[in-house]
Amino acid sequence: MSAKVPVRAERRENPAARKVLGTVAGALAASLLAVCLPGRSWAQENQGSIKISFVSFLSGPASGPFGVPARNGAEVIVKALNQGALAAPYKTKGIAGRKIQWKFFDEAGGPQQQVAQYRQLVEREHSDVIIGYISSGDCKALAPVAEELKTLTVYFDCGSPTIFEDVDVNPHYVFRTGPHAMMDEAALARYTVGVDPNVKTLAGIDQNYDWGQESWKLFLAAMEQLKPGIQVTASQFPKLLSGQYGADISTLLTGRPDAIYTSFWGGDLEAFILQGNARNLFNGRRLLLSAGEPAMYRLATQIPDGTVICARGPHGVFAPDSKLNRQFRKVYHSAYGSWPTYPSYKIAQAILGVKTAYENAAKAKAGAAPNTEEVIRALANSKWVGPSGPVELALANGHQAIQANAIGQFKYDRAKGRPEIVDIKRYAARCVNPPPGVKSIDWVHSGFKGAQCD
Amino acid sequence: MLTLVVIVLDGLVYSSWLFIVAVGLTLIYGVLRIVNVAHGSFYALGAYVMASAAGYYFARGLPPQANYLIIPLAALVVGLVVGLPLERGLLRFFYGRDQVVLVLVTYAAFLVLEDATKLVWGVDPYYAVEPYRLLGTLSVGGLPYAVYDLCLIGVAGGLGAVLWWGLNRTRNGKLLGAVIHDREMSEAFGVNVTPIFTATFVLGAMLGALGGALTAPEISVVPGVGAEVIVLAFAVVVTGGLGSVVGAMLGALIVGMARAAVIHLAPSVELFVVYLVMAVVLALRPQGLFAPAAARKI
Repeated sequence: MSAKVPVRAERRENPAARKVLGTVAGALAASLLAVCLPGRSWAQENQGSIKISFVSFLSGPASGPFGVPARNGAEVIVKALNQGALAAPYKTKGIAGRKIQWKFFDEAGGPQQQVAQYRQLVEREHSDVIIGYISSGDCKALAPVAEELKTLTVYFDCGSPTIFEDVDVNPHYVFRTGPHAMMDEAALARYTVGVDPNVKTLAGIDQNYDWGQESWKLFLAAMEQLKPGIQVTASQFPKLLSGQYGADISTLLTGRPDAIYTSFWGGDLEAFILQGNARNLFNGRRLLLSAGEPAMYRLATQIPDGTVICARGPHGVFAPDSKLNRQFRKVYHSAYGSWPTYPSYKIAQAILGVKTAYENAAKAKAGAAPNTEEVIRALANSKWVGPSGPVELALANGHQAIQANAIGQFKYDRAKGRPEIVDIKRYAARCVNPPPGVKSIDWVHSGFKGAQCD
Repeated sequence: MLTLVVIVLDGLVYSSWLFIVAVGLTLIYGVLRIVNVAHGSFYALGAYVMASAAGYYFARGLPPQANYLIIPLAALVVGLVVGLPLERGLLRFFYGRDQVVLVLVTYAAFLVLEDATKLVWGVDPYYAVEPYRLLGTLSVGGLPYAVYDLCLIGVAGGLGAVLWWGLNRTRNGKLLGAVIHDREMSEAFGVNVTPIFTATFVLGAMLGALGGALTAPEISVVPGVGAEVIVLAFAVVVTGGLGSVVGAMLGALIVGMARAAVIHLAPSVELFVVYLVMAVVLALRPQGLFAPAAARKI
């Protein structure tokens, strides 16, 4: 016979738990009310202004290296434009005389969440222009939505060439004012072969998602064209944000490559360098970082001298000297205590591209405010100058930017206690970008047909 | 042959790390029946506290060898400053509720702690590599290994042994075993369950933070590190059997070895090998490899 103790079957009422639940329910109700109540939209507050919604990572691992520098770069430019304080040729206040109203939104959460947020930016926020997006996954997911919702959308960063080559092949409302990964990889391959003409073996380690896979594919294809017969000792694809690269480093060490390529960024890049350094991975071999520039200040004492650094364009330390660039760097540094990196530059050139298009469209209407279609016509195939030099929308029916590129080698100046880039080489835009109508990978396989490098 | 040696060594290092970051999760589940999503936050906080404290320590030129004391101290601080208030101030009000409710509560705590971490440390990465490099390297078959990584094997083994001894050979451990086996019966026999719950949760939080603190010197501590770890830790403890320390060790070993093998032999599979192992194990043993036997009440 079982002497079962009458264990509690009832649920004891707990006044404290009820209080907690009451508080949670109250907070939820208040949040719901705040969402449902009609609030003052920015349209009501400032008739006649241009409403720009910016989107980049404000939380998560991409926020530190990319998202927040982009936000800060946007703030510097928008404030200067609204004050009419930006250097020539952007001295006029705001955009076509209209004040810029801006809001910044978080890109975290993945493509599904970004699509939902994008619809809000269009339908609830009534944004005139949406400038944003760092993740290629988000850009790919959003391009068809942007075309459907007929809203001018400017991608300032995301790197995948396939956005206009495979996903949105006939773009109308979507533009990308930063060059795509083909430019980075073509220039990096040319630089590598230039400084290490005897390179025979190569290894790659890239995050296992769109950016990592495409970057490695394009770089390897470019290297095979420029250095026929090059051997690949390893191509590792660790999970994004893995952080633990012990086994990958063992594989790289075993193959003894002449050069190691990685498109890692952020915490993954830094962890890889820290762990690789501790195991002498970079001793006697060249490290190639296709997106390394944002880490060069913070990781200055850890990056091996001679590491090849790219900034995904002539941004940051690679930016040519100009009054606009000097002002941008000075204001940014005084506001945030750090130097602007490539995301800051890329968002700055996106804003200035939009300003130029709006003002050209307004000029064609004798100063009247242009509508979206008129701005799009003015923006397509346009040219303008950003803090990092000239930009031209030359690909994808004038919706995809090309730009010159610059690459150099990292060197830590121990006497001054700061990093510098030496042996910088510059590549013309039409040398490292495919011609219009040609897919990036096809262009590489054709032996860079049509490249204008001299 | 060298490849086999390297796979085993890489697998052991990774398994050790996995066990250290996962054991707190399985301990808390074993006693409190809570799938503690906030475990990821303890890991992240441990890493941030370690990175900040080590940075401060080395900047002041203090004796380098003593820096390793910061690791357990960071775990202790996080356990007491964050774990204790979380259990006493929030979780205890939900004991006895459905496990799903507790998952949601700990998930809410995780989100709050993530934002609190961002508020304190911002979004910039932190790193404190000195403890990692200080121990130098050891050559195995011509390949240099960081001694710090190899030490993780000893730490994991020691941690597993201490936990096993504590749970199976001490009075408090036996009380804990009684509570795990049947909470109501234990209460009826006069076991004061509340301090056991609190102590276990704080210990679990400390173990999570210890994982973060041990990892901090070899990574760049960035927002989101906790979210990554919680998924991985969960996969390991489910594979080994939720609530079993031995299961967590075996789960970590299987997952770690499988990952090291595919990285060397089929790198493109690495993305999902952890979950493949979990799926295969759960298909054969849905309760995991070493799930404690559940008493059936009549």
